[in-house]
Amino acid sequence: MSLTVDDVNKIAYLARLGIDAQDTESYAQDLSGMLDLVAQMSAVNTDDVTPMAHPLDQAQRLRPDQVIETNNREAFQAIAPQVEAGLYLVPKVIE
Amino acid sequence: MHTKTLAQIAQGLRAGDYSSQELTESYLARIKQHQGLNSFITVTEHQAIAAAKQADAMLAAGDAPFLTGVPMAHKDIFCTLGIKTSCGSKMLDNFTSPYNATVVEKFNVAGAVSLGKLNMDEFAMGSSNETSFYGAVKNPWATHCVPGGSSGGSAAAVAARLIPGATGTDTGGSIRQPAALCGITGLKPTYGRVSRYGMIAYASSLDQGGPMAQTAEDTALMLQVMAGFDSKDSTSVDCAVPDYSADLNNSLTGLKIGLPKEFFDEALNSEMAASIDTAINEYRKMGAEIVEVSMPNLKLAIPSYYVIAPAECSANLSRLDGVRYGYRCENPADLNDLYIRSRGEAFGTEVKRRILVGTYALSEGYYDAYYIKAQKIRRLISDDFKQALEQVDVIMGPVSPTPAFGIGEKTDDPIDMYLADIYTIAINLAGLPAMSVPAGFIDNKPVGLQIIGNYFDEAKLLNVAHQYQQVTDWHQQTPKGFE
Repeated sequence: MSLTVDDVNKIAYLARLGIDAQDTESYAQDLSGMLDLVAQMSAVNTDDVTPMAHPLDQAQRLRPDQVIETNNREAFQAIAPQVEAGLYLVPKVIE
Repeated sequence: MHTKTLAQIAQGLRAGDYSSQELTESYLARIKQHQGLNSFITVTEHQAIAAAKQADAMLAAGDAPFLTGVPMAHKDIFCTLGIKTSCGSKMLDNFTSPYNATVVEKFNVAGAVSLGKLNMDEFAMGSSNETSFYGAVKNPWATHCVPGGSSGGSAAAVAARLIPGATGTDTGGSIRQPAALCGITGLKPTYGRVSRYGMIAYASSLDQGGPMAQTAEDTALMLQVMAGFDSKDSTSVDCAVPDYSADLNNSLTGLKIGLPKEFFDEALNSEMAASIDTAINEYRKMGAEIVEVSMPNLKLAIPSYYVIAPAECSANLSRLDGVRYGYRCENPADLNDLYIRSRGEAFGTEVKRRILVGTYALSEGYYDAYYIKAQKIRRLISDDFKQALEQVDVIMGPVSPTPAFGIGEKTDDPIDMYLADIYTIAINLAGLPAMSVPAGFIDNKPVGLQIIGNYFDEAKLLNVAHQYQQVTDWHQQTPKGFE
C-alpha cells in the first residue's frame, strides 16, 4: 500500500493537522511503511471472529442520571487560551 | 539513604530513623545533582517540602497510612491539580491541570510525597523517550543510550536512585520496556485494574497505569495504593483488591512456567536469549516446571496494534484543538486555520504520524478493513494467551529483543522502532498483567525478564518476581556514578 502526497494532504485535512509542505513526502513514505506492516493482517481469515473492543468483554456501565459534579467553569476557563463572559472565544464563524 | 527500597524507607520513617523532610530534601538534592539525565520535566520542591512537613506531623501523631512521608514522583501523563501536566508535549506545555488523576489522589491519601513530574515520550508515543518536547532522557547505565519509553523518565529516575518509586503507564510496553532497559522492576496491571481517570488518554482500550520501583516488594506496595474500582473511569473493573504483599513469600515448587516458542525465534539477540535462559534456570532450581507453549498469532500483534492504537489516538487527541486549553497558534485567520495550525505547530512528528494513520484507518471505506480487522486479530491473540494460561501459571520471556540502544540510533526508521515492541504489545492487546524484572546485564546494560500472568493475578506475578529477587541481586545493582 502506497500513499501519495495528495493522500497525505487529504488525511491531514480530515485530522485538521497542519503539516509543513517539505515534510509531506516523508510522511507519505512513513505512512506507506506503516500500512505495509499492517497489511500482514490480511493473510489471516477472520470471517468468524468477533471483534474485541474490551479485553474483558465488558459492556458499557450505566449510572443513575444524577448530578454528581459541581460547576467548575471558572477553574476550567482559567486555563483557556481566550474567554469572555464565560464563553470560549474562537474566530468568527458566521458572517 | 537513596539506595534504600521504598519498603525500607517506609519502615525507617515509622521507626523515626529520619524525618520525611530530611528524606525529601536529600532526594531533591540528588535530583538537582543529576539533572543532566533529564528525567524530570517539573520538580515541585516547595509543594514537596510542605507535604513532607505535614507527613512528619502525621507520623508523630501516629495512625498515619503506610506510605506517609515516602517520596515518589508521577509520570507527566497523570493530571496534578495546580501543577503543570505536559504529557511530554508542546501542546500542553502551558497546561496546569484543574484536577487530580485518581491515581494521584490515591497516593496523596496514602501519604506519599510527590517530588515532581517525570519526562516521557510525547503523549506516551515512543519506545525511547526521544519524542519528548523536553528532550531525550539519558539511561543512567550508559548515558549515550536511551532509557526506553514511554515511561523513560520514571525508569531513569528510579534506576539513578533519584526517587524510590514512580508511576508509569503502559499502552504497548511503556512500563515494562523502560524498566528492563534501566534495570528496575515494573508492573503493568490487568486492563481495568487501575483507574485511567485523569491519565491523559493515548489508546483507551490499551492504556493502563502501574508502578515502577527497585523491587517486586515495592511494586506490590504501590499497586496496593493504585488498584481499585473507580466510577469515574467507564472501563474500570469492579472486582475486589487482594493484599498484594500477602503471597510474596509463597514457595514456587510446582509452579508451571510457559515459554512461548514464538518468543525465542531468530529476532531475539543471542546474548539476550542466554540471559533469559539463565533466569529460567533459577526458577527450575526453585522447583518450577517449564512447559513449551505456542502462540501462533503473536506475529500479528504489531500489525494489529499499529491500527488500534493510532485509531484510538486520533480520536482521543482530537480534543486538543486550541480552543479550551493547551497551545493556540498566533492570529488564526478562521476557525479551521486555528485548529490546523494549533495542532500542526504543537504536535511532534511521531504524534502526527500516528494521528494520520489512525485518521486514515477510521476514514470512510477503510474502517472495516483496518479497525474491525485489527479488533478481530486482537481476539485471536487474546485467545492464544487464554489457551496457554489454561496449561501454565505464568508465561515468561524477554521484554525487549536487545538492551538499551544509542540515543538517535533508531529515530530515522520509525518502523524499526515499532518492531522492538514485539514481546510487550501482545499483552496489552490481551489486557493481561505483566512485569519486567531485572535479570542480568549485556555489556553493562540491564536486561529484563518478562513475567505474564492471568487476568487479575497480579499477586501471583509479584510472588514469582519476589522469589527470584530473593536468589538474585540484579535489582540491587546501582549504575556507576549514582551509588
